[in-house]
Amino acid sequence: MALPTYAGTGERVWYYTYRVICALIFLFLIGPIIVIVPLSFNAEPYFTFTKQMLSFNPQGYSLRWYEALLSSEEWLHSIRNSFFIATSSAIVSTTLGTLAALGLSRRNMPYRAFITAVLISPMIVPLIITAAALFSFYARLNLANTFFSIIMAHVVLGTPFVVITVTASLSGFDQQLVRASQSLGANQVTTFFKIILPLLLPGVIAGALFAFITSLDEVVVVLFLAGPEQTPMTVRMFSGLREEISPTILALATILVGISILLLSTMELLRRSSERQRGMTPG
Amino acid sequence: MADITADGYSPARDEEDEAQDKALTTADGTPLKISLRRSQARQRRRAFYLVAPLLAFLVVTFGWPIAQMTFRSIHNPEVANYLPETSAAIADWSGDDVPDEEVFAAMARDMKTGVEDRTIGRAAARINREIPGARSLVMSTARDVEEMSPPYRDAFLAEDEDWADLEFWRLIKRETRILTPAYYLLALDFEYNTRGEIVERPEVYQVYRLLFWRTAWMSMAITGLCILLGYPIAHLLATLPLRKSNLLMILVLLPFWTSLLVRTSAWIVLLQQQGVINDLLVWANIVGDDGRVRMIYNQIGTIIAMTHILLPFMILPLYSVMKTIPPSYMRAARSLGATQFTAFTKIYMPLTIPGLAAGVLLVFILAIGYYITPALVGGESGIFISNLIAQNMQGSSAQLKLASALATILLVAVLVFYWLFNKLIGVDRLKFG
Repeated sequence: MALPTYAGTGERVWYYTYRVICALIFLFLIGPIIVIVPLSFNAEPYFTFTKQMLSFNPQGYSLRWYEALLSSEEWLHSIRNSFFIATSSAIVSTTLGTLAALGLSRRNMPYRAFITAVLISPMIVPLIITAAALFSFYARLNLANTFFSIIMAHVVLGTPFVVITVTASLSGFDQQLVRASQSLGANQVTTFFKIILPLLLPGVIAGALFAFITSLDEVVVVLFLAGPEQTPMTVRMFSGLREEISPTILALATILVGISILLLSTMELLRRSSERQRGMTPG
Repeated sequence: MADITADGYSPARDEEDEAQDKALTTADGTPLKISLRRSQARQRRRAFYLVAPLLAFLVVTFGWPIAQMTFRSIHNPEVANYLPETSAAIADWSGDDVPDEEVFAAMARDMKTGVEDRTIGRAAARINREIPGARSLVMSTARDVEEMSPPYRDAFLAEDEDWADLEFWRLIKRETRILTPAYYLLALDFEYNTRGEIVERPEVYQVYRLLFWRTAWMSMAITGLCILLGYPIAHLLATLPLRKSNLLMILVLLPFWTSLLVRTSAWIVLLQQQGVINDLLVWANIVGDDGRVRMIYNQIGTIIAMTHILLPFMILPLYSVMKTIPPSYMRAARSLGATQFTAFTKIYMPLTIPGLAAGVLLVFILAIGYYITPALVGGESGIFISNLIAQNMQGSSAQLKLASALATILLVAVLVFYWLFNKLIGVDRLKFG
């Protein structure tokens, strides 16, 4: 959208104003996330920049909050819980979600629109409602405060993302390849593992990452379902933000931002590799 | 087909083919039409079998719990279950005078069974929630009911003159219904008065309608802000060369991928009175050190933080629609004499409406159910209806049925918008990144 040579003064002014406005909005989007990174290295127990930090005095910075985080058995325990829950639920939701997406993408799927709407609904229903319903449900089964109930709940929340991502990657799938494979003598199982799965894998991994991060970040449902044994880091962080605010939370937040960047880069790489595999130009 | 002539055409063939078409069969003699239908049905079943595990899983661990919750919000079994005979006897009572012996005798029988089964306490507790003090009336009489003899009406009245209280009996009669709208009335700040009429609750207790209204208007404000901020960004991303826009897209996707709690805590850090933005304002001498602006733990805090969190949900659908608009349309409009502004409003904007609708509905649906961010940065004035649902679920003052009623109302609102979204845009068009 380069400025055309015939643009008048008004247009020029508007063009640059527009760019400035966009820059400010980008700052609004990314600024808050950037700000917490240096603050997590604060040597003082404050949530703001000290004079020493602003003058780049090394004494203003320290790793004490990371040390506090990583030497606290409570925090480590909850971080382990979080990763355990996220990994288990991502595995289950990826399996269920991928199967469902394969079915939904078939030409002959009956009631496709309605069933898709049902499968996506856990993403739309407010989390507090899901939490209220699941809490009573598992409490009656005497399963509240167990890893099982939390993982099942997170499978519910994660599958919509898997279904959406895998369906999207299947929409560009060339059905001729399946016929070609079968005409060359492969049976259905061989075709699935040798042809469909490799082409689908980037989409499936992307869906799994989505399910993983959804579970890792989830607060509301675990707030109700988790007992002291299962407390994940998000719940600890939530109560920390409500009660005694300490920069330890910012240290954890910075680590989580790092994880997000890692996952985002993985997704980007996956997208490119899938486009290459299908012979599309990377875009 | 032996009679095909050298030039490959036989005049008799057309007729012959037609005749064969009618009776076209597969190798085992089934007519082709039926065979085809069967095979299609088989394929439909196969497709469905793939979806079935997830569908069954969701029905059991998601749909069923929500249905149970909805049912609980109208279910009111205590009086009917634990005072069955009284419930039957009181059905004909007019409500104007102390009930007759029949009702009291039924009550006495119910109390005897209730004491044996230890269920009388549950019925008493249920009544006590409506008329404080009724529990001790029921319980103390129930303890003595074994020694009483007919006529029970006089015996009860001799035991405690509160048994002549018409309010108490009217309540019993009302509560014999197994399904009750009472929790929905409560959720909308209404209640039954002592005569069983529906009236507004006293003003000091009115909170839920206000919260529903606040949730709605703040969600609208957030959606509006998301349009205002998201539209220019989506337009920029859609019109820049791919290499640049992909780079800038990271700035949209990173917040999208970052934990909700991280983003909320970032806003606490930025907005609080000793926070970064106030420090900047003081440093720039815009406000004095004692005049630090209160931007958090109120509605402003909720609106800013939620706009930030939901903005990617506006940008992504807008972007995917804007990318499909050929730039030549704008050039055509310009070459036909439209100004930049006219071309934009008359040509470009109408074409972006599908994306805008998707973004608006998505942001609004997500906003009205938000819990975490309002709870952390909303203070008193910036909380949503979700926060009250949570309050009614926790602690000693928990009112699970009221929470269920509030949740059901919210759920219906969300489902209406979801239905609209599906109708207008289609869920299968949802994509991330």
